[in-house]
Amino acid sequence: MRSNAASMPRGTAPPPALPRFRAPVLFGALVLVFVVLGGRSVYLQWFDNVFLQEQGSARYSRELEVPAHRGRIIDRLGEPLAISTPVKSLWAFPAKVNATPAQLAELARVLEMSPQALSLRLNPDEDFAYLAKQLPPEVAERAMALKIAGLNEQNEYRRYYPAGETMSHILGFTGDRDVGQEGMELAQQEWLGGHPGSRRVIINRRGDAVEDVEAIRAPQAGRDLALAIDSRLQHIAFRELKAAVEANKAKAGGLVILDVKTGEILALANWPTYNPNARNRVARDKMRNRALTDVFEPGSTLKPFTIAAALEAGKIRPDTVIQTGPGTLTIGPATIHDTHANGAITVEQVVQKSSNIGAAKIALSLPPETMWHMLSESGFGTAPKTGFPGEVAGRLRPAKTWRPIEQATMAFGHGISVNLVQLARAYTMFANEGELKPATLFKTSGPVAGRPVIQPETALAVRHMLEMAVLPAGTAPKAQVPGYRVAGKTGTAHKLEGHAYSAKYVSSFVGLAPASAPRLVVAVMIDEPNGAAHFGGDVAAPVFSTVTGAALRMLAVPNDAPVDNVILPPPGAAVDEDT
Amino acid sequence: MVRVNLLLLALLVACGVSLVTSRHHARKLFVDLERGQAAARNYEIEYGQLQLEQSTWAMPARVEKIARTSLGMELPNAARVEIVSAGGGR
Repeated sequence: MRSNAASMPRGTAPPPALPRFRAPVLFGALVLVFVVLGGRSVYLQWFDNVFLQEQGSARYSRELEVPAHRGRIIDRLGEPLAISTPVKSLWAFPAKVNATPAQLAELARVLEMSPQALSLRLNPDEDFAYLAKQLPPEVAERAMALKIAGLNEQNEYRRYYPAGETMSHILGFTGDRDVGQEGMELAQQEWLGGHPGSRRVIINRRGDAVEDVEAIRAPQAGRDLALAIDSRLQHIAFRELKAAVEANKAKAGGLVILDVKTGEILALANWPTYNPNARNRVARDKMRNRALTDVFEPGSTLKPFTIAAALEAGKIRPDTVIQTGPGTLTIGPATIHDTHANGAITVEQVVQKSSNIGAAKIALSLPPETMWHMLSESGFGTAPKTGFPGEVAGRLRPAKTWRPIEQATMAFGHGISVNLVQLARAYTMFANEGELKPATLFKTSGPVAGRPVIQPETALAVRHMLEMAVLPAGTAPKAQVPGYRVAGKTGTAHKLEGHAYSAKYVSSFVGLAPASAPRLVVAVMIDEPNGAAHFGGDVAAPVFSTVTGAALRMLAVPNDAPVDNVILPPPGAAVDEDT
Repeated sequence: MVRVNLLLLALLVACGVSLVTSRHHARKLFVDLERGQAAARNYEIEYGQLQLEQSTWAMPARVEKIARTSLGMELPNAARVEIVSAGGGR
């Protein structure tokens, strides 16, 4: 039995004695583990908490973009000329697009393209493809609702120009990211452009923002820009200019209407033009705002400044008689011509009949510096600073370099180059009792201080001469406007090609109305008329007449003449001029 | 003493619950605000689009074309226009 007892099962045997140190060691180890864990958690909680904080907030906070619109461009009456509106573009990595044929067919239908065109866009050899650019948001939403894997959308803005080709040269346009690229859009980018802001919010599991945490960047909305342009006058100006360029088979043309009291550019039309809403394949050439960025030799429209300089200098009076002789005058190696032999005529008639010889003789009675000073003070040779990018200064050479023949030709606008806005602006001094107003494309409030250039008496005397030029005995009877007295000067300049004058012309007319109390200066320029006529009085003056008449009525300017005031000369008796 | 402690405990619990509810309420209101602001932005966008549409329909070139062609209107000549000054006289 004893041996049996010795072979009793182990379980019932008394437990073998444990080593005495085992319990304290285990206890110590456990304490150590807790100390390490506790230390780690203290460390993570208070000392090295950046990483976890970031990880945590990444799970419940989001940075949201706060959109900011680009400002509108509006005209002086508040009519919108350029508005940005959100659009969406769809893009994909073609290799990652995973769609059933039915889905693709449906997508093609939504995007209004043929399934073939769509599969061409999704050529798997391409890395990246736009499926459709600048879609209306509803269309993009319908496309995204197809839940095609790999199809992405992107928010963009697109700028629309309701006035289309009428005003494209002034406004310019914006590029892909709604950033100005041409015209006022470019020049006023800082003002118009909005800067999107961003803010941090806490979101719930549905993705709705539930709490604002911080504004990271405040959004800065673009501001509206008010231009001086009057849409109604712009429309008239554009319509008539286009008609005149087409009727005269001309290469180009420009028309500017200035407010005499403020110097605001109420209308500025150019031809050729382009539609800024669809400008994919427009030649750069058509985008030029010729009235500000191109120069031409003005021809006789410059004569009033010669006369004004001589009147100021006391060399002549309006009734001084000038001998223009047989219609030719030789100065050194060159000869200048009049279209007709005018004989002895008064200074007033020099302007009325646009005598080159008369103007040259008057100019030669002046020191070159005096004449230069007058032209320079009138704004020639310096950019008009209307706020348009790329406007040119034109060319007015220093008086020291003038030879007598050059001084003589400059008297009737050759050997000097100007842009149309400069020319129109210079005429504001005849309309404003001698004060030249700064030309601007921006809307101003109230009258603007000008700079006196000539005496009020001189301005009135020249204005009277300009009024004579539109009478039947003048060069521009076709510039007359029913119901209003107008004053103005024609120009018909040979174009300079290389170093020689060609048989191509620039026909122009600059005038002001109503002559009794001027409100508007209107300048018309037709480049290379190829029709039956090329004289400024035949080509540009009728445009002046229609535009000025319509503009004055639009602005409700009271008549200053009876409505049957227009008297045209009998056929064949018209006075032409040749510069 | 025990009573006071129980009272304080109850107060504490009540405060905690009210904190939770008011927090929840604040978040709900905030979500509403967000929705309202999003709607306002959308209306603004729509307003811009409507302005665009209006000015496109009202472009002088279009108005003139319709007036001339389908309505048979024309500009009165100067003899038929009378401009009246603000004073009432001519």
